[in-house]
Amino acid sequence: MVIINTYLQMVSKPQQFDVMVMPNLYGNIIGNLGAGLIGGPGIVSGMNLGDQFAIFETGTRNSGRSIQGKNIANPAAMLLASSQMLDHLGLKDHGKLIRESVKKVISEEKIHTPDLGGQATTLQVVQAIVKDIKEKTQQ
Amino acid sequence: MAARVLLNSVQRLIVGKAFVTRNFSSETRTVTLIPGDGIGPEISESVKTIFAAAQAPIAWEPVDVTPVKGPDGLFAIPQKAIDSVHKNKIGLKGPLATPIGKGHRSLNLALRKEFNLYANVRPCKSIEGYKTPYDDVDIVTIRENTEGEYSGIEHVIVQGVVQSIKLITKEASIRVAEFAFDYAKSNQRSTVTAVHKANIMRMSDGLFLRCCRHVAEKNTDIKFNEIYLDTVCLNMVQDPTQFDVLVMPNLYGDILSDLCAGLIGGLGVTPSGNIGADGAAIFESVHGTAPDIAGEDKANPTALLLSAIMMLRHMGFGDYACRIEKACFDTIREGNVLTGDLGGKSTCSEFTNEICRKVEAT
Repeated sequence: MVIINTYLQMVSKPQQFDVMVMPNLYGNIIGNLGAGLIGGPGIVSGMNLGDQFAIFETGTRNSGRSIQGKNIANPAAMLLASSQMLDHLGLKDHGKLIRESVKKVISEEKIHTPDLGGQATTLQVVQAIVKDIKEKTQQ
Repeated sequence: MAARVLLNSVQRLIVGKAFVTRNFSSETRTVTLIPGDGIGPEISESVKTIFAAAQAPIAWEPVDVTPVKGPDGLFAIPQKAIDSVHKNKIGLKGPLATPIGKGHRSLNLALRKEFNLYANVRPCKSIEGYKTPYDDVDIVTIRENTEGEYSGIEHVIVQGVVQSIKLITKEASIRVAEFAFDYAKSNQRSTVTAVHKANIMRMSDGLFLRCCRHVAEKNTDIKFNEIYLDTVCLNMVQDPTQFDVLVMPNLYGDILSDLCAGLIGGLGVTPSGNIGADGAAIFESVHGTAPDIAGEDKANPTALLLSAIMMLRHMGFGDYACRIEKACFDTIREGNVLTGDLGGKSTCSEFTNEICRKVEAT
């Protein structure tokens, strides 16, 4: 698909897209668009792959300086990035464990930091995830 | 003698900046009409019918821009069409099918170069009655349209390695920035935002940004801010209401203008205007020619009509613009007579007639 029409399609019918591959600038744009569509920089993870090295990070690379040190940052993006890292290292069970707990806390328990419209603190979200992991691993 | 020279200089100074096409009398102005291909002719007829119902002081001069072969073997826009726009300064254009084949250059590119259309303006406003996942959108994208990433300067370094030059000039950047601020003032907008990636493209986007800042300093009655392109995209889909007028180089403008059109419902309902350097302006619908429904009275003329309304405002016919625009928006909001793409079952003629009825009633 011609890249320009893609933006129109992304905001009206993003469900039609699956895997998208593109050059650098377009990727910066589409990546941010995609992140915005599903809830923002707080919940999107990203990975950078090379021939020898791999770096996992928050997907949109926003540093969030304006909310630094206030205990309101959303830890999900970083946790999901670390899950991807565990998968990459071959520790798929651990990766899955963390990822599913993150998803449960956000989607089911709805413990949301302000970026997702909630009032939870970073610590509260992390503690909820730890609690869920402990419950699963102690079975 | 000295007094006359001074007077002339002052007159030039005053007239020079103003849009030469502004009209404060009610005399009829002639506008070049390029109906275009596919559904172009029928939606152009709709616009003409509605304008007649409103008794708008516009006379139409239709021209055909189908390229003709010149002595050099290359296809070019017919001279008659070019002369018409040069004479009238204002044009309204329907969708054009780009002919494929040897010798054909892009028609839109040819028009842009011929009339030095340096700024592309797309106002994207949510339309009541045509629901999208985004509400209360009211954004105007102003795109520098002559240079940037689309300068067409590319070369092969070695096989498998290609370089493309992004050209940014002070002249073009200042020109589009000045237009953005003038537009903001004329249309009661409060903020102009420059969209860039000067953190990465320090020299090219850096120059563009500095030019915008320079113009902002001369227009302190309008708020000015700057935003990275990726941040705009991230924020735009979460809360489009935070944006007002956006000005940016060519490629970003191409992308964001389509993105904003998507927010309000697509190219079928989005107007567009191209502003030229010597007072010329061509307003156009930016959707395709829709050959599958051409000639079946199914087309939606909204995009071309809204572009024509933009044209009226540009020419200083704000009252007519408001009346026609209200009739169009009321028709869509009421939802009784809508074309298929808007979710209705009416024909293009029925939709047009409904707007005419409303216009005549005001």
